[in-house]
Amino acid sequence: MTEPAPPTAPPTAQGPAQGPAPVVHVSVQAADFDIGAEIDRLTAGRADIGAVATFTGLVRDHAGGVPISGMELEHYPGMTEAALRAIANEALARWPLQGVTAIHRYGPLAPAARIVLVACASPHRGAAFEAAEFVMDYLKTRAPFWKKETTPEGARWVDAREADDEAAARWR
Amino acid sequence: MQVLYFAWLRERVGAGREEIASDAPTVAALVEELRAKDERYALAFADLSAVRVAVDQEAAEFDAPLAGVRELAFFPPVTGG
Repeated sequence: MTEPAPPTAPPTAQGPAQGPAPVVHVSVQAADFDIGAEIDRLTAGRADIGAVATFTGLVRDHAGGVPISGMELEHYPGMTEAALRAIANEALARWPLQGVTAIHRYGPLAPAARIVLVACASPHRGAAFEAAEFVMDYLKTRAPFWKKETTPEGARWVDAREADDEAAARWR
Repeated sequence: MQVLYFAWLRERVGAGREEIASDAPTVAALVEELRAKDERYALAFADLSAVRVAVDQEAAEFDAPLAGVRELAFFPPVTGG
């Protein structure tokens, strides 16, 4: 789903960016994503973007010294998409962005598989880098996803990390 | 009211979704009702510090009122990304 950000986003010292309305693209999907194609989607039809910062999260094959042979990602259909959209719109209100993409996969994922993509477009790199970090920090603490890892001793639900809460708290 | 459970709460309750009719005024009161009703809920809600709540798909607290609520969800702290 792609739609223009609401024009009612609160103005801030930095944003919104000049030019065409910023675009938010959010997707919660089982399928893999193509990072190049997503950058093309984010920048399509405009030449005023100077920077696209992307973050890609991958499945590690270990966690705290324990081998991980795969993971299952569960989410809350409906609330997940709304949460990602709210986080993207919050980024638009805080930084002069021209677009935000947030894609998160669910279902079974093997080690090295892509899990999440965040991409932020801006006239200059500073806002793009910062906004991408902000979106990831909020996604990790607010978007309703849960990971279950498969280890040699069986499957286990991943515990939330205090470090993630602290990372998100920096932006308040 | 539809009540949804995710991750280990879903596993402990033994269902991802169920219809519950209750006069409980708040989320906390409903949790007490469920705990008293069946061991599965007592196990799922044994430690409420590990349980998060959403009311009609918005993050909420245990003291949130239930009047008019269509969808209530219980889940552990999120671990995506």
